[in-house]
Amino acid sequence: MSDDTSLNLFQQQEANRRRTVLLVIGFVAFFAWLGFGGDYIYFLATREAPRFAYHHTVPWFGIALTVIALLTAWYAYATGPEKVLWSTGARAVVDPTDPQEKQLVNVVEEMAIAAGIPRPRIWIVDDPDPNAFATGTDPLHAHVAVTRGLLGLCSREELQAVIGHELGHVKNLDVRLMTMLAALVGAIALMHDGASRVLRGGGNVGGGGGGSRGGGRKGGAGPLLVVLLVVWILSWILAPIIAQILALAVSRKREYLADAMSAQFTRNPLALAGALQKIEGAVAPTTAIKRGAAHLCITDPLGRRLTAYEGLFADALATHPPMAKRIAILRGMGYAQLKKEGGGSRGDLRRPVPPD
Amino acid sequence: MGSILFLLVLVVVVGWLVGAYNGLISLKNQTLNAFKQIDVQLKRRHDLIPNLVNAVKGAMEFERSTLEAVIQARNQAVKVNATGPEGIKQISHAENALSSALQRLMVVVEQYPQLKATGNIGQLQEELTSTENKVAFARQLYNDTATQYNTKQQQFPTNLVAGLAKAQPADLWEIEDQAEKAVPQVDLSMKPKV
Repeated sequence: MSDDTSLNLFQQQEANRRRTVLLVIGFVAFFAWLGFGGDYIYFLATREAPRFAYHHTVPWFGIALTVIALLTAWYAYATGPEKVLWSTGARAVVDPTDPQEKQLVNVVEEMAIAAGIPRPRIWIVDDPDPNAFATGTDPLHAHVAVTRGLLGLCSREELQAVIGHELGHVKNLDVRLMTMLAALVGAIALMHDGASRVLRGGGNVGGGGGGSRGGGRKGGAGPLLVVLLVVWILSWILAPIIAQILALAVSRKREYLADAMSAQFTRNPLALAGALQKIEGAVAPTTAIKRGAAHLCITDPLGRRLTAYEGLFADALATHPPMAKRIAILRGMGYAQLKKEGGGSRGDLRRPVPPD
Repeated sequence: MGSILFLLVLVVVVGWLVGAYNGLISLKNQTLNAFKQIDVQLKRRHDLIPNLVNAVKGAMEFERSTLEAVIQARNQAVKVNATGPEGIKQISHAENALSSALQRLMVVVEQYPQLKATGNIGQLQEELTSTENKVAFARQLYNDTATQYNTKQQQFPTNLVAGLAKAQPADLWEIEDQAEKAVPQVDLSMKPKV
């Protein structure tokens, strides 16, 4: 078993590294397309302009947007975890005095030992709804955050299982990809808001000025210009939606894997099943966690009932797999474990506290 | 054509050799590191116990024997300073004895609600639970890593490189102490209370 999981772990880490690189390349390429596409359209539009009018020959937009995208990606990688934590209003647990916080620190330390990674930094979100998330770029720079609601709701074993789930995300480098995604989705949303304001303002001026010259241009550049323009504008409009769907697609499958890793760390899948059930029972939205960081959490903080179903529609729109299925899988693991221990072959190796 | 094919095969074989060798070395070091982690956690536990005993001593005059058993087991465990495969057996023997002494103490503490009522004990109990868990999880990690290492050494074709990498089967941290098994099981944290 351990051989399989380690192999999977290695593959998973590799896949997450590769996907993070692809994500950044995709992000930069998308912005390059927005920039250079606009440049090309502008070039076609001004090609037949009178001799002394402006001719757009140097692709300034493209260069500028590509540089901006590169800087954004770098900035997202450098400060993504901080930004995610900041957006949820989490506070660091440095010197815990309250017994609940002390217990949280202990549990995180225990799970870090079980996972064989350094202890991540611990954060608490003062929100009554139970939830938890992990962020960071690698196990050396990782953060785990839980809501105050979770601390109040879960027993020690259940808290342990939830932390195990989060450290699973840390260990297999899910956090790198997911944090990057959160930061880039945020950046796209921000730039989209800014750009559409500029475009709307500038569009009126351009429309007014372009109208007089438009007649002459239509014959020259023809349908190519129109098609390009439509695709280009669509890209601008759809950017945030594409980013959102990407965030969803990337996060669902790995919840099952993190559940399995939690079970491997705690050797107690039923505790996670219990925790998930309690969390689901208290499904009021976690108000502190905004849309941008939703895919990082152990359950959907927005309280969307979509996660109750699995199907084409839910698959495309939900950040998390259906809770009932996750719980059922964990129960299955617990049952298999009990059976194995009943057989008593190597049960003692698989459990920190020996069964008798 | 033939020589190119030969070269290609050679490259593949050498590449595999390097990969398998490095894989074994990396696992070996992980195993060693996991073992050191157990040591770290055991030390922590040894340091914690005197505090714990002092905290409950006053309230538990009548349970002197339980406390003495804990202190004795702790001192015994601190004394063990062996290395090698025999060392693991000795250490685990002493530590298991300490674990069962501590478990007995926790049962006793549970039986005195007035003792539990003071916040101090609650905190100590949490510390002790956590310490026991840390030791257990460190062992679990060591056993998992060592099993992985042992399996790799024995599996074909990695076993062909095992000698080259000076790979020796690592001993698992087993619990084979009959005395401990006889102790009534107190589950401090690991099982869900269904």
